[in-house]
Amino acid sequence: MWHVGKVIALSDETATARTINLEVLDWPGHVAGQHVDVRLTAPDGYSAVRSYSIASGAHSEGRVEITVERLPNGEVSPYLTQELAVGDRLELRGPIGGWFVWRSHQTEPIQLIAGGSGIVPLMAMIRSRASAGSAAPFRLLYSVREQEAVFYREELRALTNNDEGVSLTYAYTRVAPKDWPRPPGRIDTTLITNATWPSNIGATCYVCGPTSFVEIASSFLIASGHSPDKIRTERFGPTGDRK
Amino acid sequence: MAIISKGFSGRRTAGDEKLPPGQYITPDFPVLSAGPTPHVPLDQWEFTIDDGDKVLQRWDWKSFGDLPTETLTVDIHCVTRWSKFGTTWEGVSLDTLLANVKTDASYALAHSYGGYTTNLPLEDLRNKQAWIAFKYENEDLAPEHGGPARLLVPHHYLWKSAKWVHGITLMHQDKPGFWERLGYHNYGDPWREQRYWGD
Repeated sequence: MWHVGKVIALSDETATARTINLEVLDWPGHVAGQHVDVRLTAPDGYSAVRSYSIASGAHSEGRVEITVERLPNGEVSPYLTQELAVGDRLELRGPIGGWFVWRSHQTEPIQLIAGGSGIVPLMAMIRSRASAGSAAPFRLLYSVREQEAVFYREELRALTNNDEGVSLTYAYTRVAPKDWPRPPGRIDTTLITNATWPSNIGATCYVCGPTSFVEIASSFLIASGHSPDKIRTERFGPTGDRK
Repeated sequence: MAIISKGFSGRRTAGDEKLPPGQYITPDFPVLSAGPTPHVPLDQWEFTIDDGDKVLQRWDWKSFGDLPTETLTVDIHCVTRWSKFGTTWEGVSLDTLLANVKTDASYALAHSYGGYTTNLPLEDLRNKQAWIAFKYENEDLAPEHGGPARLLVPHHYLWKSAKWVHGITLMHQDKPGFWERLGYHNYGDPWREQRYWGD
């Protein structure tokens, strides 16, 4: 069943990513980490559907927020990030997915690891934690090209400043801010060991990002003693895996 | 009544009859998995067929390698809407693996290293429809794509083609697998667009 969503706000996260805030009157609700199918139909009836992670937390009744990164050769993302206007309507189906989710009754420590736009479903978890008044301790390791590529920067700053239950470590891969303690580079075992929960406290880990990032991050988690069955992953394309 | 997005034209594939509804073609081979990639050493690998109580057939990597193999070129379709045409695999047909198994079971549950499961009617694994594939495009199947070996059932969405497959349990009653319990369709036919519950 397809729902109609009306665009009520648009905001640019970065030069290539835009958050789309939709009012969906008959939205059944979602849990953090789920995604939604978005259908665009051209005037001649041709339609295309893509899945996007939901950025808004649970308990956002009647509202669905997605953040879309524009892919260079994308079919749908250029329209969503450049053409779509406030007041436009879209078709949505969902929520979809029941595995890569955080539910507010989970009380164990949570480790979030984001690569680039992989932050989106993890942000939904952080927002759900806040809106549920959960005391589950969260850590977020957010690997990103440079400061300008960070999504939700102000909100993350406010959340981590005001709530000692959420801690945040940025890891920059291309350009680090001045005086940043770690030189820019890919995540490594030292970073994983220093910035994530010790493996013996039984944290549930959520890793989201491009395939190669997720492969590396989850293998480091396992190498540092985390149990594979406590690691949930969400990978997304495009891949460099052209064969 | 569809909602029209003026200014959206999309990138169409002119009437390609090989493309199931709602899919688009990608030259990539994206990876989608629910957890970390298991790395299974070949000297510990095994593939079994069981009936829920006892193991009926068992192969280790060496005895599996002695079985006759087939090379096939097929189109694959992922529920996340990408399709990839003309992929070439080498594997052992389930017809070969089931040849000496006497059973009146109607369903099968494939299970994998790492704990993944997926269910299929047993008849969908027979008659040149399913393989245990260990090579992709003439190379050993990479771990992120399911190596050392994965189930390949190309007439279903790709989540049915269990990566890191470890064995198949034959059942008299159907039992939903991992994604089938989490909102995805029990059968998953791309041509009928059976993506989610209720499709």
